[in-house]
Amino acid sequence: MRKRPRLSRARVTTTRIAVLALLGLLAGVLFRYQVVASEAWLLEAQSNRLRTLAVPAPRGVIRDRAGRVLADNVPGYSIAIIPDRADSMVATLDRVRQHLDISDRRYRELARQSGARPTRPVLITLDAPFESVAALQERRSAFPRLLIESRPKRRYPAREVGAHAIGYVGEIDESELEARRDEGVAPGRIVGKAGLEAQYDRVLGGRPGTRYVEVDAQGRILGAFSGVRGVASEPGSDLDLHLDLELMEWIHRIFPEGRNGSVVMLDVPTGGVLALYSAPAFDPNVFAGVVDRGDWERYVRDRDSPLYHRAVRGKYPPGSQWKLATAAMALELGLVTPTERMPVSCRGSFDFGNRSYRCWKEEGHGSLQLAEAIQHSCNVYFYQLGARIGLSRTLEIGNRMGFGTRCGIDLPQDAGGTFPEDRGFWERRFGYEPREGEVISLSIGQGPNDQTPLKMAQFLLAIARDGSAPPPALRRMGADEAPGDAWRLDIPPPHLEQIREGMRRVMSPGGTAYASSIEHFDLLGKTGTAQSGGDRPTHAWFSAIAGPHGAPPEVVAVALVEFGGGGSEVAAPLVAKAVDFYLRGEHGIRRDTIQTLREHLQAGRSIGWAAGR
Amino acid sequence: MKQILAPLWQHPVARVVLVLSLFGVAMVYSAGLLQQPSPVVSGIWIRQAIFLAAGVLGFLFVCRVPTRWIEWSSAPIYVIGVALLAVTLVVGTGAGTAKGVSSFLSVGGFRFQPAEAAKVATALGLAALLVRRSEPPKHLRELLAPAAVAGVPLALVLLQPDLGTALAFVGIFFAALVGAGTPWPLILLAASPGAAFILAFSARAWALYSVLLAIGVYLYRYRLYLVESVAVILANVVAGGAARALWRSLSDYQRNRLLVYLDPGMDPQNAGWQLIQSKVAVGSGGFFGQGFTMGTQKRLAFLPEQHTDFIFSVVGEEFGFLGTSSVLLLFGYLFYKLIGVAEGSRSDFAGLFAFGVLGMWMTHVFVNVGMTVGVVPITGIPLPFISYGGSFLLMSWMAAAVVVALSTDSA
Repeated sequence: MRKRPRLSRARVTTTRIAVLALLGLLAGVLFRYQVVASEAWLLEAQSNRLRTLAVPAPRGVIRDRAGRVLADNVPGYSIAIIPDRADSMVATLDRVRQHLDISDRRYRELARQSGARPTRPVLITLDAPFESVAALQERRSAFPRLLIESRPKRRYPAREVGAHAIGYVGEIDESELEARRDEGVAPGRIVGKAGLEAQYDRVLGGRPGTRYVEVDAQGRILGAFSGVRGVASEPGSDLDLHLDLELMEWIHRIFPEGRNGSVVMLDVPTGGVLALYSAPAFDPNVFAGVVDRGDWERYVRDRDSPLYHRAVRGKYPPGSQWKLATAAMALELGLVTPTERMPVSCRGSFDFGNRSYRCWKEEGHGSLQLAEAIQHSCNVYFYQLGARIGLSRTLEIGNRMGFGTRCGIDLPQDAGGTFPEDRGFWERRFGYEPREGEVISLSIGQGPNDQTPLKMAQFLLAIARDGSAPPPALRRMGADEAPGDAWRLDIPPPHLEQIREGMRRVMSPGGTAYASSIEHFDLLGKTGTAQSGGDRPTHAWFSAIAGPHGAPPEVVAVALVEFGGGGSEVAAPLVAKAVDFYLRGEHGIRRDTIQTLREHLQAGRSIGWAAGR
Repeated sequence: MKQILAPLWQHPVARVVLVLSLFGVAMVYSAGLLQQPSPVVSGIWIRQAIFLAAGVLGFLFVCRVPTRWIEWSSAPIYVIGVALLAVTLVVGTGAGTAKGVSSFLSVGGFRFQPAEAAKVATALGLAALLVRRSEPPKHLRELLAPAAVAGVPLALVLLQPDLGTALAFVGIFFAALVGAGTPWPLILLAASPGAAFILAFSARAWALYSVLLAIGVYLYRYRLYLVESVAVILANVVAGGAARALWRSLSDYQRNRLLVYLDPGMDPQNAGWQLIQSKVAVGSGGFFGQGFTMGTQKRLAFLPEQHTDFIFSVVGEEFGFLGTSSVLLLFGYLFYKLIGVAEGSRSDFAGLFAFGVLGMWMTHVFVNVGMTVGVVPITGIPLPFISYGGSFLLMSWMAAAVVVALSTDSA
């Protein structure tokens, strides 16, 4: 037996214990990971490979009153990048750009988004051309983090006709996201941005579904995540409108070329909006993809502001058609009877305070009753009516009627007119106490009073009905819904009839718009010619109530043509032709392009029908 | 035939090494199964099996070589091993993630890692050196020669650079010292500069450590020459000071660069990610695991280096705690038997070599398994018999063969 100086029993034992201790330490740590905390790690492993993707819900279809499609969906392709490190996202973007047209502006925006460490796919486009999709699909392996999905894309078949009312959709932005956080709205969702699309987004939008997919470390989607059921999307509800697409197209056709303005037509029984036309318009299909800032700015920079919804938001001095409002106020207060003649007969001007106010007709109108005053649009008559009402009451009733408040239309752009709330208005706006003479200007639609075409139509609706008017509505209500009253004029029906009589006379021989009367229907109107300020031409207004002969009115219509000159020349025929087009359709009369009296004359047709008016 | 194959199962070390290796081939097979098939890893289990066959053949051959020859050839083998390392530095090539390093030698299309051979050669060289003195080392200066024997290949490997493999030489060196019967205080003093270098990154730990070291040196003063005491203290101060100065002078990114330089297989940007994914893989395995080839972390490529450095994470994911603890038990059994070989052998050489091999494998197992769960910093170092890698598998089998041959002869 050799001497064993090297490995004592103790040394062997020590070594074994040391080895055991080290391996035991490892086993202990492994125990902690794999037994004690394994559930948490399992969750980690699952969330590693699980990606939640939203399944977009098809938006509801928007239809006009006859079921014609105003907005629907067509298959489209969206392309998005699954989040990664910012630099590699930009690198992917650079390579995608070889196959997909991305504007510089959009590129910079996407690069900025990539830098913000997004948690959800960053949308490049909602409307990828098919060739690009095919090219990218072919190179699938080179674009592991690209998410190409077929998803419904919004289409507006009527293009610019009705664009303002219908609006458009786009990817939800941060402020909307914040506002709708409670609804669980996720980034990347397509929401209504303007018009009805925005107003009824919750109705049209439906509920997006969820699908769970398995991804690998490169973010490649490998398929459905087994064991986790997704949630199917709920399609949005359809929206049925009062709007009449054919009528809108007709208005688009007859609206004076190159002019800006609007035409509004309301259904008298329901207050439904039959036409809500603004010119110039835009093509909402441009916004169907991700809105390119360039397109957006092209519209915004356009001096004619095509995105501006003139029918609802455009404010213009109402001009002579305001005389109807002055008449309504005086009748409501019982300050005048329809047969009463004003003390001062019109000699071309009216003295009030230490000023003289002119009538538009220098030689004067003589002594008139209410209906005649409306017919001839006699300033002197209405000056006196205004003086009787007084400034305070004019302001009070004007505001009570709603000339300073919104119309209540179902549009996010809803706006009211500008009407002085009280006497303090002059102080605040102009820095002086209002003189009593302010009422003289107000009584004929001048002064600090601007109204929208829709507001004027709403007022007319009350005149056409029994003094009350529901808020104008684009959406057709269900049987169980009832519109509230937005207007309530306390005017006895016979007196209202006198206002209408005045308007009827406007369209009669000797009336300012006789040339725009139409063969088959009663057209009651009032022209307005509003100062536009400066040396520019006046704005042309025309307001009308119309229906079959001897029957209750069916529609009211208002047209405004910016810088259009006199109301009778431009605006009146526009309204007459629109009303005629619509009512002929409603009453089964063959439509014709020769509609007004003037057109009949020009076409050499018989005008026997107009003689008896 | 039966006679020829007998050494494979007659010796416990051979048996456990064989079991570990077969399990390793299975794991390499699983590691190659990805959802998106990768040509890099999909067929490598076949290569691993071929290397295993080569290892077994080599094992059987070595078992028939007279042990005396092995002892005689130890020194030449060591010299050849070091020479190959030197050559590798000049004409070597990189591989995989570490393309910039020179760790492979290519000879006629056959690629080989001389560092793996050098580890076994160093274990042989140390055994040959230490066995020449019949007494255990009593003085620090007697450790200088063994330190040089381990230090030269270690330095050459660090120059490749390959920190992980260099660590193995440290393990071999200290295990050999333990096997040689070196008094524990001497071993601790020899290791002290290394401890100082690491602890110096925390000023408080370094201060405490320095006090303890001074006390230790004072208590042990009668066994030390004055020169040795001074040298130990000096080495500690230099190591600690150098570490602090070095670390302070670097900015974060330079520290990362340094770490990358020491270990190019590691990408510091991804090191954190690797560690998390490895922990997720191990932890999600639970007690029973997700089943052979079923691990999602591996399958979906979340786990990096799943066939080499992180194969233990695949074991953890697919076989759970049952699998990992079994593997650790097998290694524990192997190490127990290695120590047994050293204890039971009549030749000092066998014992010294067995300890050297123990130090090598223990370092690999502890660092490799430890890094999968964040106990040890991530270092590119494979798990013996299980990680994919021909040279390491082959050389580990050679080491096992020498242990078996030496112990069988002396039994």
